[in-house]
Amino acid sequence: MPLTREQVEKVSLLARLQLSESELVAMTAQLDAIVGYIDQMAELDTEQVEPMAHPIELADVFRADHARPSTDRAEILANAPHADGQCYLVPAVLGD
Amino acid sequence: MSLTDLTATQLLAELSAGRTSAVEVTQAYVDRIERHEPAIGAFLRYDAETALASAKNIDERRRAGKPVGLLAGLPVAVKDLLCSKGDLATCASRMLENFRAPYDSTVVARLKQADAVLLGRTNLDEFAMGGSTENSGLGVTRNPWDFTRAPGGSSGGSAACVAARMTPLSIGTDTGGSIRQPAGLCGVTGMKPTYGRVSRYGLIAFASSLDQAGPMASTAQDAALLLEAIAGHDSGDSTSINAPTQPYSQTVTQPLAGLTLGIAKEHFGPGLNAEVEQSVREAIRVYESLGAKVKQISLPHSKYCVATYYIIAPSEASSNLARYDGVHFGHRTDERAMLAELTAERQKLESAKDTAALNRLDTPLVRMYRRSRSEGFGPEVKRRIMLGTYALSSGYYDAYYLKALKVRRLIRQDFDSVFQSVDLIIGPVTAAPAFKLGENVDDPLAMYLLDLYTVSANLAGIPGISIPCGLSTSGLPIGLQLQAPPLEEDRLLRAAHMFQQATDWHTRRPNLP
Repeated sequence: MPLTREQVEKVSLLARLQLSESELVAMTAQLDAIVGYIDQMAELDTEQVEPMAHPIELADVFRADHARPSTDRAEILANAPHADGQCYLVPAVLGD
Repeated sequence: MSLTDLTATQLLAELSAGRTSAVEVTQAYVDRIERHEPAIGAFLRYDAETALASAKNIDERRRAGKPVGLLAGLPVAVKDLLCSKGDLATCASRMLENFRAPYDSTVVARLKQADAVLLGRTNLDEFAMGGSTENSGLGVTRNPWDFTRAPGGSSGGSAACVAARMTPLSIGTDTGGSIRQPAGLCGVTGMKPTYGRVSRYGLIAFASSLDQAGPMASTAQDAALLLEAIAGHDSGDSTSINAPTQPYSQTVTQPLAGLTLGIAKEHFGPGLNAEVEQSVREAIRVYESLGAKVKQISLPHSKYCVATYYIIAPSEASSNLARYDGVHFGHRTDERAMLAELTAERQKLESAKDTAALNRLDTPLVRMYRRSRSEGFGPEVKRRIMLGTYALSSGYYDAYYLKALKVRRLIRQDFDSVFQSVDLIIGPVTAAPAFKLGENVDDPLAMYLLDLYTVSANLAGIPGISIPCGLSTSGLPIGLQLQAPPLEEDRLLRAAHMFQQATDWHTRRPNLP
């Protein structure tokens, strides 16, 4: 089933991207070709196969629970596009 | 013979014996950079002054008889994707053009601890997404063997600067071939270690279950030296393997006896360039003449590797790159212009009484995210975020992401079963030598298919190395790939060194003006 422009538009919102008209057109065609190629995975029977999310299948790796200094706030906020010295500043979240 | 003609191992011997100094070595490489960098563009930034100051400090300590690190006085260039405290780490993205790392990555910390001279930061495909370095948002890198061709990628800058002798050593990262493929296309030695062998702490994430940093150099012996400096367990990375490493720089010179090499029929199928095939088969004969046995093998799920990779890597990327939101760090759109745009859209919809569209209209915060990200990311990064978001979205997760994870296990099992009967797998790195700049930029799928021989090692988590094994009739390097079971970096390096003792392909250099 070919990928539609509407699907691509919906995904662009989920991905928090804003695509221009020409980007939407190109992206729809390109993703359709890529997904079409990827669809060959479907021919494999994987019913009995355990998914492998990671090459090292370890769980619960803990380090010693010692209190230690973390990175200085000022150093971290130095990279913020907009901050007041204590907090990140963003456009209004609620209302207008 | 000038200092820049020596290998890192030879330079280290000269430095230890006091026959040269770190300042002299660094100056020799800085001179090469100043001469060749304008035409090649391997670096995003280099800082001769800081490098020479650090070299001077190392020389003083060495002369005073104080202990110095494993790489003391050797210049190293680092892909601009690994954090170095206080320095820019751009990932060749407009998004991170002004980002300064608040801490050292473990790789950089270990290089500093080993007294390497950090020369500069190399170009890459934006966020390491690509195979030509053409996706860099900050500069063009040319293949030193032919300036009209791509150096490969994503570690194209790290490969090109070694090939052009602008540094003896560099660090790359490999998520689907990004060390091995540019090493192959630029005629240098590059290794992707086992997943977890080198800490990912401070490595800006692309696909966290696939990313791995590794050494790039002129010889396997030099790669062994650099790997020894950066490998090993790190409590800062919970996926780092807690297994002993080898003194690779010492063991690399010991030849392997009774080696059995596997040749996968899937690596010699249609699409493989005839000259590449000829060089790889000749390399296999070299190994046979050194006593290796050869066995025909099959990796039956090879044909699904690229499809599997292009679900898993973009899915992880879409999740990892969600952090670039214009709030915490990185590019933020002009807020006033953004709010004005949104107000204009709202007024237009209100006067048209389009309630449905009004309800769908972005909130200011969402629009800020969307505009910041769309301005900060280049086309390939957007494409992969879109692909990954699609694969993970409701209704498609099982058919794509979960399916890919299952096929990933089948791919890993292919390797596990083959390594029961062979020590190493030998084959090509790429199907053809370096392609022209611009040749594949309009066809993303064609570009993805170039990763055919490299992505499986990342999916399986196994180590692989690329070494030069020939030159095409048009004078372009051809790469040989060796792959080993997990944690067998030592075996890979020793096998590569055996080949380099028997051949001189790794000594060939591009003719630079």
